[in-house]
Amino acid sequence: MDFNHQLYRRRQRANAVGLTLSMGAMVLGLVVLLWILVVLFKNGLSAVDWNMFSQDTPAPGTEGGGLRNAIVGSLMMVGLTVLVATPIGILAGVYLSEYGDESKTASLTRFVTDIMLSAPSIVLGLFVYAIAVATVGNFSGYAGSLALSLIAVPVVVRTTENMLRLVPGSLREAAFALGAPRWKVATMVTLRAAKSGVITGVLLAIARISGETAPLLFTALNNQFFSTDMGTPMANLPVVIFQFAMSPYDNWIRLAWGGALLITLAVLVLNILARVVFREKVAR
Amino acid sequence: MNLDTPMSATPDRAETGSPQMIQIARRQQIQDAIFHRLTQGFSLLVLLALMGIIVSLFINAWPTFQKFGVQFIWHVEWDIINEDFGAAIAIVGTLASAAIALLIAVPLAFGIALFLTETCPVWLRRPLGTAIELLAAVPSIIYGMFGLFVFAPLFADYMQVPLQKVLGGLPLVGFLFGGATNGLGIMAAGIILAFMVLPFIASVMRDVFEIVPPILRESAYGLGCTTWEVVRRVVLPYTQKGVVGGVMLGLGRALGETMAVTFVIGNANRMPTSLFSPGTSIASTLANEFAEAADFHLSTLFALGFLLFVITFVVLTAAKIMINRAEKAKGI
Repeated sequence: MDFNHQLYRRRQRANAVGLTLSMGAMVLGLVVLLWILVVLFKNGLSAVDWNMFSQDTPAPGTEGGGLRNAIVGSLMMVGLTVLVATPIGILAGVYLSEYGDESKTASLTRFVTDIMLSAPSIVLGLFVYAIAVATVGNFSGYAGSLALSLIAVPVVVRTTENMLRLVPGSLREAAFALGAPRWKVATMVTLRAAKSGVITGVLLAIARISGETAPLLFTALNNQFFSTDMGTPMANLPVVIFQFAMSPYDNWIRLAWGGALLITLAVLVLNILARVVFREKVAR
Repeated sequence: MNLDTPMSATPDRAETGSPQMIQIARRQQIQDAIFHRLTQGFSLLVLLALMGIIVSLFINAWPTFQKFGVQFIWHVEWDIINEDFGAAIAIVGTLASAAIALLIAVPLAFGIALFLTETCPVWLRRPLGTAIELLAAVPSIIYGMFGLFVFAPLFADYMQVPLQKVLGGLPLVGFLFGGATNGLGIMAAGIILAFMVLPFIASVMRDVFEIVPPILRESAYGLGCTTWEVVRRVVLPYTQKGVVGGVMLGLGRALGETMAVTFVIGNANRMPTSLFSPGTSIASTLANEFAEAADFHLSTLFALGFLLFVITFVVLTAAKIMINRAEKAKGI
């Protein structure tokens, strides 16, 4: 049989083209990430100064001002969300991994959690508006936190479950053999062994919710003034960025870039931190 | 970990012990039962939330469905003053921008997954994989600002104008490239969306590519296949379901994305006539109008939200089933 040089060359060429294009796709992805970061730093850095943290959002068309009320509002809402979502998420994750396993309830919950992970966040905002804003009669920081919790809980549930599953079964069996009841095994052995994994989940959840804008638009709304009362409309970074970026005022747009840089850095640092925490655990 | 027999002291064993032992065993059984129900209750909260979302959206949307019936879905009108509403404009904008996003994102995601699993040096795999995942972590509002202030002007000058010049005159497809070239519109929204959903699709593809048994790959290489042929003819057919699942997951994300789209789609309540014309998506209509809406208008927005949730729910369910099946095949 003759060696078909033509076919061989064609196959080599197809291979080279395919691999080059795939490398091109990778490069394009990296370029976009870098481009976004460069743009953020270029436009945002000029707005980041002491005033940004010490002054409140300026009135339309005025100079100066900062983002103090928005930063404080965001921190409070995210903080409350973490306080609510962490215990719920961890306990639900414990159920899925330690009790539910392959049962119908657990499978269904797992499935729904995965759907909720990717559900459009604006619809969650609508839902919270219907149950916590329309019924009470005013927008509030609590409603904002509730909407964020709906996003954070599924993240914590799924990471907690996955991390608990990584704990070797022999560890549980050893505890059972000593006569420990299941709840003690779950809380004091498995959960403890999976601690850094669970922390990873919480960090990822915080990263996920800190940039969320859509669910806050009609739950927390916005507030031009400094307020720590979560029962009233509350300023928060994402909504302020949205409002300011869409405005015609240069000062507002400048502040929006500053806020955007702040949020992106926070989210990226949290993401990297979560990976470091998790990797340390795996390495050990 | 399913340990079906309760591991805490079983009753008959405990009864042979001292009264104190029995007491401890009983107490632990009760504590165990409480803890079991407690954790179960919390996990059922997620189900409850889902039911709550569907029910509350439907109740709030009911006046709209009552007035317009199913026609609401394909009625082409969004007139707030005369209270004449139809979802068609928003649905077309949502589907068109998501379709453009997938057309761009799927080949790119495939390329990235191929690179990360086949050609990339091992020491570079993790940092590059992380970088792509970070692309997913960037908040959508940042994509929106980037799209509006940086991408749109460039897109107008270097893409829209040349495209219109070259393709705008063609018969049949020319109309797709007509309209104002100000950088905002359905196509710009689709391109920004593409880069937002790219990391989700790429990471699913990478994960399923990695579960292909090495023996399949090695056999193909052993027969003299090139890397491209191995991926095209062995890896891709083997991971079909997972790949489709990943694409559906990306579609679900693209359909429901709000902020990035709101910034660049142009927010016009008119039926788009070309790829460059401004439009609106369900999510961006909600973001723009909800805070100022009242009475009946509010109910129509709830109806839009309900439609969006149903569409994404179906897409995501299909995605999840596909990915689950692909992962089950891992054992073979």
